[in-house]
Amino acid sequence: MNGLLTVTPSPHIRSPRTTRSIMRDVLIALIPVVIVAVVYFGWRALLLICVSGAVSCLCEFIWEKAFKKDITISDLSSVVTGVILALNMPAGMPVWELIFGDICAVIVVKMLFGGLGRNFVNPALAGRIILFVSFTADMTNYTVPSFAPDALSSATPLALEGSLTWADFPSLLLGLHGGVIGEVCSLAIIAGCVYLCVRGVIKPIIPACFVGAELLFSWLFGAANPVLGVFSGGLLFGAVFMATDYVTSPLTNWGKVIFGVGCGFLTAAMRAFAGSNGAVSFAILIMNLLVPYINDITRRKAFGGVKAK
Amino acid sequence: MAPVRLPPPETVVIPMSMHIGAPAVPAVKVGDTVKVGQLIAEAGGFVSSPVYASVSGKVKKIDEIPASNGRKMKAVVIASDGLMEPWEGIARPEVKDFESFVAAVRSSGVVGLGGAGFPTAVKLGVKDLSKVEAFIINGAECEPYVTSDTRTMLDRLDDLKDGVALLEKYMEAKRIIFGVEANKPRCIEALRSAFSSDSRVEINALPPMYPQGGEKVLIYNTTGRIVPEGKLPLDAGAIVLNVTTLASIARYINTGMPLVEKVVTVDGSAVAEPKNVIAPIGTPARALFEFCGGFKEEPCKVLYGGPMMGIAMPDADLPIMKNTNAVLALNEADSRLPKPTACIRCGTCVDVCPLGLMPTLIEDAYERGDGQRLKELKVNLCMECGSCAYACPAKRPLVQVHKLAKGILNVYNAKLKAEAEKKAAKEAAK
Repeated sequence: MNGLLTVTPSPHIRSPRTTRSIMRDVLIALIPVVIVAVVYFGWRALLLICVSGAVSCLCEFIWEKAFKKDITISDLSSVVTGVILALNMPAGMPVWELIFGDICAVIVVKMLFGGLGRNFVNPALAGRIILFVSFTADMTNYTVPSFAPDALSSATPLALEGSLTWADFPSLLLGLHGGVIGEVCSLAIIAGCVYLCVRGVIKPIIPACFVGAELLFSWLFGAANPVLGVFSGGLLFGAVFMATDYVTSPLTNWGKVIFGVGCGFLTAAMRAFAGSNGAVSFAILIMNLLVPYINDITRRKAFGGVKAK
Repeated sequence: MAPVRLPPPETVVIPMSMHIGAPAVPAVKVGDTVKVGQLIAEAGGFVSSPVYASVSGKVKKIDEIPASNGRKMKAVVIASDGLMEPWEGIARPEVKDFESFVAAVRSSGVVGLGGAGFPTAVKLGVKDLSKVEAFIINGAECEPYVTSDTRTMLDRLDDLKDGVALLEKYMEAKRIIFGVEANKPRCIEALRSAFSSDSRVEINALPPMYPQGGEKVLIYNTTGRIVPEGKLPLDAGAIVLNVTTLASIARYINTGMPLVEKVVTVDGSAVAEPKNVIAPIGTPARALFEFCGGFKEEPCKVLYGGPMMGIAMPDADLPIMKNTNAVLALNEADSRLPKPTACIRCGTCVDVCPLGLMPTLIEDAYERGDGQRLKELKVNLCMECGSCAYACPAKRPLVQVHKLAKGILNVYNAKLKAEAEKKAAKEAAK
């Protein structure tokens, strides 16, 4: 041993989990949703997903190249953003509009604020909202899977609320109704959620509080059938894949409870008193903005700590 | 693995700062002949500890060697004659009451052997014995690789029994709790059968979870008490002693032989035949590695202590000290730390912090140099166990950040104090 010894601060071992492995797990969790999207909505769904993932990555690459920063696309976070944004599109969405959404999500919302970890709202969510506001007609032109039963074949089930019955429940679970390509099949989303929880990528707190609060408040606000409301529209997809984004959700467990309940309350309120379109997105967006404050009021108490003056 | 005795090393380098507090003051000159157990340095103050020769031989020089904090420290270098002859003056200390017991502990040279190195006599010299509701004997040994305390619990039960008897007799111990991680069933069984007849002794099997052996964590998990910020374990009614510390005290009082040797775990991916080795204090780490079959791979990092809190040393010729319980040599792959990436606010560091701190927020405040915020976030409580940095998926160097943040906080506190004094002086002048 003649070579010099390395001197570094402790600890000298690190866990195998990395940002990249976490993002890879999110992509794996999205596989059931992607499969359902392709089966229900055809190859066009796959085209949207692939284009969006690739364009998001490219945006980050070009930005970092242009500003001579380290290239970080291998952490897969932009791929996740792109895929999630694509899953929020109706099957007929024009590709160039989606590309515009990707650019907004990655460049405007993420990179302009300092890249991964520095954005204050979820990039995919913001991209969806920008597209929703800019191209409302295309964004609400929901396609219906060809093999959907008649009762559900006209529009999204949320728009039909009131006329739905428990008999439609199995079709709702399977997603045999109109909607954006990623949100229709509740079972696929739940499978993804279970995978993320088992792998320890997310805790079930935010999805559970989100869905629970939405159920409770939509019942209080007089919805005809709150349970059916959970399984139609973007609630589950938003609760599992968008509200749980690390960067834009609180750090502590109690913070996550407040965040989830807030999302659920706002969704229920918007669905009851405003239009049903985009309620989940706006609810999460508003709660994203509150995260720094939630983190502050739910700070963990230091073990044995006395209050600082 | 049962420990093997190291043949007498050629030279030992015995540092004067193997404990917290004032360095010991050399009491020998170059050329003096010394024997095992002979005093070579006296305690340099109240919070200090004497140092004894660990081999017989001749004092070669009194040198300056690099200390783990980057400064220099004095060390007595002894060339061994290979005989390991005990000093003729070795005699059992006379212990008859609390004062003479603490005095004996002081002259035993024993310091906190779990790693902290705090002089044990200072810890035991409490003013009011009735305040001590429980003695907690720390056998958690939660760092990966390290098994030297495990060997104490398996091989030195008689010393531990005597140590407990001493605490009961002279420290009026009413309750003695051994805290051992449940993944050491043999230790738990051995301790349970050794103390089955003593109702004051409890053997507590704790969940094997790092950092179970952290003082505050152990006190909480064995007694449910929380040591308040800025206070000592004694304020929560507890005194925590490492198992090997207790056994070493008993050995001195039984035989008069002070602390001159240590069981050291020699391990790591670059070591050919990992072993537990009984080695004289002051043995250069290199001699231990050579005794363990040398290196099977080029070592790139040498650690004193475990991989979570151990210190990477710049030089394998540096000696093992009183509070060294392991030396690890890591190969190239294990020496490389992954490159940090951006924090993704996953909150893992918050979940794993045993002291309820929020490392990600501390890092933010550190980057802004925000002393007030660091004060609110209690970075001063951090014990640098490394749990957050271990778990962080972005591989942030959180322990290093916390250390630096403590510096910012100290400057900020000093500034606040100076301002308050200025204000008080102004008002007094009015």
